[in-house]
Amino acid sequence: MIVAKQKPIEEIIEEVKDSKKLLILGCNECVTVCEAGGKKEVAVLASALRMYFMNKGQEITIDEHTLERQCDHEYLEEIRGNIDQYDAVLSLACGVGVQFMAEKYFNIPILPGVDTCFMGATEERGVWSERCQGCGKCVLAKTGGICPVSRCAKRLFNGPCGGSTKGHCEINKDVVCGWQLIIDRLKELGKLDDYETLAPIKDWSTERAGGPRKVVREDLQA
Amino acid sequence: MRLQYPENIRIVSIPCTGKVDLIHILRAFEKGADGVYVVGCLEGECRYIRGNLRARKRVEKAQAILESVGIGGERVQMYNLSSSEGPKFAEFATEMTEKIKGLGPNPIKLNKKKAA
Repeated sequence: MIVAKQKPIEEIIEEVKDSKKLLILGCNECVTVCEAGGKKEVAVLASALRMYFMNKGQEITIDEHTLERQCDHEYLEEIRGNIDQYDAVLSLACGVGVQFMAEKYFNIPILPGVDTCFMGATEERGVWSERCQGCGKCVLAKTGGICPVSRCAKRLFNGPCGGSTKGHCEINKDVVCGWQLIIDRLKELGKLDDYETLAPIKDWSTERAGGPRKVVREDLQA
Repeated sequence: MRLQYPENIRIVSIPCTGKVDLIHILRAFEKGADGVYVVGCLEGECRYIRGNLRARKRVEKAQAILESVGIGGERVQMYNLSSSEGPKFAEFATEMTEKIKGLGPNPIKLNKKKAA
């Protein structure tokens, strides 16, 4: 899922302070799972903002709504009928949702309420960590199911660097060395020979180096 | 026992403090409560294992939010007691009431009055 975390309330207040009628729009997908922008977080943030502005003596109406997704036309269309009454929307979706909203509702400011962090997994409740950087060319088949792009700080493809110490990375001793994980897993799978095979130079054009990316499936297009 | 405790307290009964959500606490303040305190079982003695520990974390989160929006985090408090400790319940009620009286009314309420 896409992992995000809520922006500090001070930053959000600064974003919305001139608004008279604000919609806080949550998203029922990834940001709900990482507890940053789901229905519950919308309610808590709305309550906190209402209290802040009431305390300031500033008149502001804050409504709450949560869509199934903010990255699909059909769900965004649900609010077309009543979005015009708002002078701003604070979206708690990831950066994708915020932008898709902004494209669709061109004349209304769509403000971000969360900082989008990475694609990751829930290690345990309250702990999320990165697993994928969407490089566009998956190598997990060769690396024991552990990604050298997202798990190695240097994105190395042919074994660890000299900074790997006792299974940890030199950038931070709390970061596990991705290549240590790869070697351990290959050993477990009896595929340590894969480690000996030199990985060719990676084609980074499928990553961000090639500019904004797009997937087109003609078989699915209308 | 017939213990006395301040009459201004409104008790909301819940099956376990683990049921208390952050939004319940915040809504109380939004609607003008001057203070909220959650009274749970003793830590380590929750029938549902972690209910009161969860409540404590939510109370702490509520404190942080109320502090950041200018209401004041000290208006929320978590207490723990055993269900047979009636005198302690009365003691907490008095302590909290006095603390809140010292802090004064919920600033939102004051602003609403000013506006009206």
